Amino acid sequence: MSEIVLKTEGLTKHYGGVHALQDANFELKMGEHVAIMGDNGAGKSTFVRQITGVERRTRGKILFYGKEVNFDGPLDAREAGIEAVFQNLALADDLDVPDNLFLGREIIKFNLGPFSILDYKAMRKATQEALVRTAVKIPNIRNPIRNMSGGQRQCVAIARTATFHSKLTIMDEPTAALGVQETAQVENIVRTLKEAGEPLILISHNMRQVMDLCDRIVVFRRGRIVANLKKEETDGQDVVAYITGAKTQPEYEGAA
Amino acid sequence: MAETAHGVGGLKYDHSKRARPPEINVLIALVLIVLVFEALGALLMDQSFLFDTRGRFDSIFNEARLKIIILQVAIIGIIALGVTQVIITGGIDLSSGSIVGATAMIAMSFAQVAEVNGSPNPKAIFGPWAMDLPVTVPILVGLACGVIAGGINGALIAYTKIPPFIATLGMMVSARGVAKWWSKGNPISFPTDEYAAIGAGMTPVFIFIFLAILFHFILKYTVYGKHTYAIGSNEAAARMSGINVARHLVLVYTIAGVLAALAAVVLSAKNLTAQSGMGIMYELDAIAMAVIGGVSLSGGRGSIIGTCLGALIFGVIISGFTFLRLDAFYQEMVKGAIIVGAVVLDQWRQQRNASKS
Ligand SMILES: Nc1ncnc2c1ncn2[C@@H]1O[C@H](COP(=O)(O)OP(=O)(O)OP(=O)(O)O)[C@@H](O)[C@H]1O
Ligand SMILES: [Mg+2]
Repeated sequence: MSEIVLKTEGLTKHYGGVHALQDANFELKMGEHVAIMGDNGAGKSTFVRQITGVERRTRGKILFYGKEVNFDGPLDAREAGIEAVFQNLALADDLDVPDNLFLGREIIKFNLGPFSILDYKAMRKATQEALVRTAVKIPNIRNPIRNMSGGQRQCVAIARTATFHSKLTIMDEPTAALGVQETAQVENIVRTLKEAGEPLILISHNMRQVMDLCDRIVVFRRGRIVANLKKEETDGQDVVAYITGAKTQPEYEGAA
Repeated sequence: MAETAHGVGGLKYDHSKRARPPEINVLIALVLIVLVFEALGALLMDQSFLFDTRGRFDSIFNEARLKIIILQVAIIGIIALGVTQVIITGGIDLSSGSIVGATAMIAMSFAQVAEVNGSPNPKAIFGPWAMDLPVTVPILVGLACGVIAGGINGALIAYTKIPPFIATLGMMVSARGVAKWWSKGNPISFPTDEYAAIGAGMTPVFIFIFLAILFHFILKYTVYGKHTYAIGSNEAAARMSGINVARHLVLVYTIAGVLAALAAVVLSAKNLTAQSGMGIMYELDAIAMAVIGGVSLSGGRGSIIGTCLGALIFGVIISGFTFLRLDAFYQEMVKGAIIVGAVVLDQWRQQRNASKS
């Protein structure tokens, strides 16, 4: 087995004329937690969408555990072991918490192809357990998601990632809408992943959080990677300088 | 349930105050409408609408009228079961009435008897080889028509990404064309006894009830149902969760087509004849039943139970008008108003939901 979990080479995504992501060379090692930072519209979410197969990349190579992969969709990526919390929360508003947690991978009682019978009881039980583990407060898990607060919705999405063991977890701004306690909970989940040696890509605008949780910071600016910083060798001010464009690492020169 | 029951995370949660299912509101509406007709009956006609006040029947109900009501809605109700699923995915199906027409014509031409009163069947479509066939043949032919028409609808919507409104509008026009072309506009009559039995007496009602229970179960307890709601609720989320949305939509529209085809078989069996104009406007009646029953046109919400109640409301209103001896054109005017009213109600519900969150 290779020591490299994920590697992208020249990963590029254009939306018509918009160069949302340009020649991204990225590497993630076994057990490593990497933060991606950058201003709004820098291409962070775009990067995640290419890796998880949500969109078709314009060009570039993606290697997952040393093997080149071409995911046809997020299910493909998930089957390969990549769990993602997307920024725009992939939740179905009219369904309840267990339904959302297990959407697309329902527990079934009898296999009848598309008409397989659902095992509601097992899914509810697993949901309770997942929510207890993440300390999420939801009065009634059988309420439709529509009636829940933004933070509760976010917690459901995160609980979903934490429920299924994965070879790589990606979280796109998981705590953006959360209160103090819930943020702390999510950060605890991230720490458990670290202890378990599960690799993680965390997109966040929260400098303190990134410094607390991650080993390395990759900075995106206008669709390009402009810095790759070890936590020990940098500080908040330094990172901000890269984000705003005051600084660019020599090896990424000519990028911005 | 105990008042102190706790939800996950320790928030107090009172089970007894759980929001009541929306179907309850539809049921209340049904009861209210019946009461209105009862009051009008007492006032204007000096007789009861649904109850037996003259001792003509064994039970307290006016069985004859009840039977007419459910028989009337049973056939369009079968269509509405499919339309409900389509609308829950956030789509619409305008083609079901025309699929009924085309399927009735095609299926009926495989259900004919060779001889009527000793002379050859005057309405024969095919030669002797297609006469007196076992009843499974016209049924299977009919279902195949539904699979093809519904499958084309679904494939157009899923793979060319044209709006369901346009795709099924095209099918509505084309399938009606097929119905007219099939026998050059001539009616097709004289089915075998076995075929006629499908539509005889209360059989259509039993078929409808069976299908309603079946699809209630499928929508509530199977992966298919879950994905149907998920797609209508948030198609992007469904896709990101790994649901094959295109394949699922093809399946949903195919099932809707098959149900329309089944309705065609039952209808032609009941009428003992098929005509190219059969099923005109049925698609709107079916959509109306679903919408009245609380199925949201924006997708994600609704149920088979709701649609069945919607179908009953529909039947009660139609038969209430007959009961009050109002002319058919009043019925149509009011029908239109009911459909629009149900959609307005749905919009209100959504705005209230939106302002809450
Ligand atoms: N589907 C799309 N079509 C066209 N342009 C798009 C599309 N998706 C993203 N973009 C553009 O690509 C650029 C990068 O967007 P992206 O969502 O990756 O930003 P981000 O770094 O995640 O920002 P934020 O911090 O606000 O989440 C933006 O300029 C955005 O407008
Ligand atoms: Mg983003």
